[in-house]
Amino acid sequence: MTTIERARARAEAGERLSLEDALALYEENDLLFLAACARAAKERASGRSVFYTVNRHINLTNVCSSNCPLCAFQVEAGDPRGYVLSLEALEARLASARAVPGLSEVHIVSALHPEEPFSYYVEVVRRVRAALPAVEIQAFTPVEIVNFAKMTGRSIESILSLLQAAGLDGLPGGGAEIFSPRVREIICPKKATAAEWLAVMRTAHGLGIRTNASMMYGHVETVRERFEHLLALRDLQDETGGFQAFLLFPFHPAHTRLGEEYHLQRVGAWEDLKMMALSRLVLDNVPHLKAFWVMLTLPIAQLALGFGADDLDGTIGEEKIIHAAGAQTGTGITKAKLAAMIREAGYEPVERDARYQAVAGGAR
Amino acid sequence: MRLSAAEGARLLREGDLLALGRAADEVRRRRFGNTVTFLVDRNINYTNVCVNECRFCAFFRRQGAKDAYLLSTEEVLAKVRETVEAGGTQVMIQGGLYPDLGLPYYEDMLRAIKREFPQVVIHSFTATEIQHFARQAGLSVRETLLRLQAAGLDSLPGGGAEILVDRVRQRVSPKKIMTEDWLDLMRTAHEIGMESTATMVIGLGETLEERMEHMERIRALQDETGGFRAFIMWTFQPGHTELAAHGAAEKVSSWDYMRTLAVARLFFDNVAHIQGSWVTQGERVGQLTLAFGADDAGSIMLEENVVRAAGTRYEMSTRKMVELIRGAGREAAQRDTEYRVLKRF
Repeated sequence: MTTIERARARAEAGERLSLEDALALYEENDLLFLAACARAAKERASGRSVFYTVNRHINLTNVCSSNCPLCAFQVEAGDPRGYVLSLEALEARLASARAVPGLSEVHIVSALHPEEPFSYYVEVVRRVRAALPAVEIQAFTPVEIVNFAKMTGRSIESILSLLQAAGLDGLPGGGAEIFSPRVREIICPKKATAAEWLAVMRTAHGLGIRTNASMMYGHVETVRERFEHLLALRDLQDETGGFQAFLLFPFHPAHTRLGEEYHLQRVGAWEDLKMMALSRLVLDNVPHLKAFWVMLTLPIAQLALGFGADDLDGTIGEEKIIHAAGAQTGTGITKAKLAAMIREAGYEPVERDARYQAVAGGAR
Repeated sequence: MRLSAAEGARLLREGDLLALGRAADEVRRRRFGNTVTFLVDRNINYTNVCVNECRFCAFFRRQGAKDAYLLSTEEVLAKVRETVEAGGTQVMIQGGLYPDLGLPYYEDMLRAIKREFPQVVIHSFTATEIQHFARQAGLSVRETLLRLQAAGLDSLPGGGAEILVDRVRQRVSPKKIMTEDWLDLMRTAHEIGMESTATMVIGLGETLEERMEHMERIRALQDETGGFRAFIMWTFQPGHTELAAHGAAEKVSSWDYMRTLAVARLFFDNVAHIQGSWVTQGERVGQLTLAFGADDAGSIMLEENVVRAAGTRYEMSTRKMVELIRGAGREAAQRDTEYRVLKRF
């Protein structure tokens, strides 16, 4: 049996893929074969259900000490475009969030502000919890958690415990980018290292904090580095089981230094769906795969439901980070529209909460 | 064995997207291997004045309207020159149904282009326009086509077919050419050695059976004449149109588009080329049509006023087109109007 024959047989049978298998399947480029295998894997994991949720994004600040070349959102301290969401403004956002019917999740991701004290972030979580007692608070990527630890001199575990006590339920999966140190040196040299990112997730999972995981691709990484990244996530998941969902972030180069310096173009939809299917196949132990429509556009997110994705993420009121990098998608969508897209793809729309439980009264 | 229209409708309703895509892709691969072709051309919309006032059109203006226009032969020639300079091999001249221009206007335009740019292929005028020219001139369609052919018209684009079912046409474009006339006109063109393409526009409120009826009519005529070079599938662009304003049509989803495209590839055993519409779908969905049965990426249109007026605007260059085709693991080739490869990348 040749390498590709073995890889195809494993993919079809739903067996675990090795790095060589994944590379061979990528190289062969039989897109709809990968889709069929990934869809079968999705149906083994979540049956006929495709999930979506009613969520709101809050970006607390865009002032960042990390200054990553990959980012179009951050500004340096002192920049007139810089902002920090005041607690009063937060309360206003929460008041409008309270009026959102069926809100399940508040998603908070921000820049690494050089001066804003850790107590501000704890207070934010406390106020969100007070305003929205039943809503899942998914806040702070591991990169932010590492920053809090460095700023305060506390351990990762202590930071996570304090946030958890204030009301934090889960961590988003961002900031993973590509784990390869070679790549991180180019795209985000000052950001938390791969080892730090994984350590935060391991600790969070140990504390019962659910998290997502992610990968950002389509910049300066090699294909092998992508799959090494996925395998590192799969290894940690074998150990902890704490990753709930995986998201792919195709790199949006517009308005970024990285995009300019390396003359990067946004990868095509073919590549996006190929990575969607291969991620579903490689990450055989992560329950859910998101097709994040803000990144992909709605037409491609719908097609992704044939490539192994089982979650269209949320309705999202406003999103700033990806749109700063040139995403042309709208910033909100109705539940009815998401549900119709899912039904047309032959699946059952399930409005979920943050634990992937069906919400009573949601579209079924 | 040949797919029937009834089987096609069943596949459109219940067929599995991936299974259809894989079957369609296998047919494509056997015929065209790893090559994906594209054309470099320019659309020249010589006038936006139109007596038809179709409900799905955002481009037309009434005669005398402030932003109504009609290009002179010199202006048309300047656009052809720019096309040649940009590496284009074809011009697609289309316009509204101007009330009173007369056939010599069009003949002079064609002759002037051929005189100055004999190498440029003139792939121009929809069936609706030809019918309009014939009526205005008091000539038969055959006589009209022969005169235009003598003046330099090489082939006909397949636009204006929309859905070849009169129930649908009566609703969306009651003044436009009806089904039998469209087919007769194409038959006549093929008979005099003028080949064409065929199009379909989905999302006009048609049923799945009506989509298949459309394909069936084209396949039957192709059995007779063999004159269709390609089948091209568009979606209705609802922006800024009266049809959309009345809630009578909604944008076709990517799922529906891909499934219909795959069925078209499987159904058309006698039409060689299946083209996804990058201009109505955008480059992202456009690139994916290459996995669902399309072998051709259409044209890098140097200008497309009609589609742009309905709010869709996708910019494309040769470089970008080649990158997208390569991104799908295929070999990109520039072709001419007759689908002969001119240049491989």
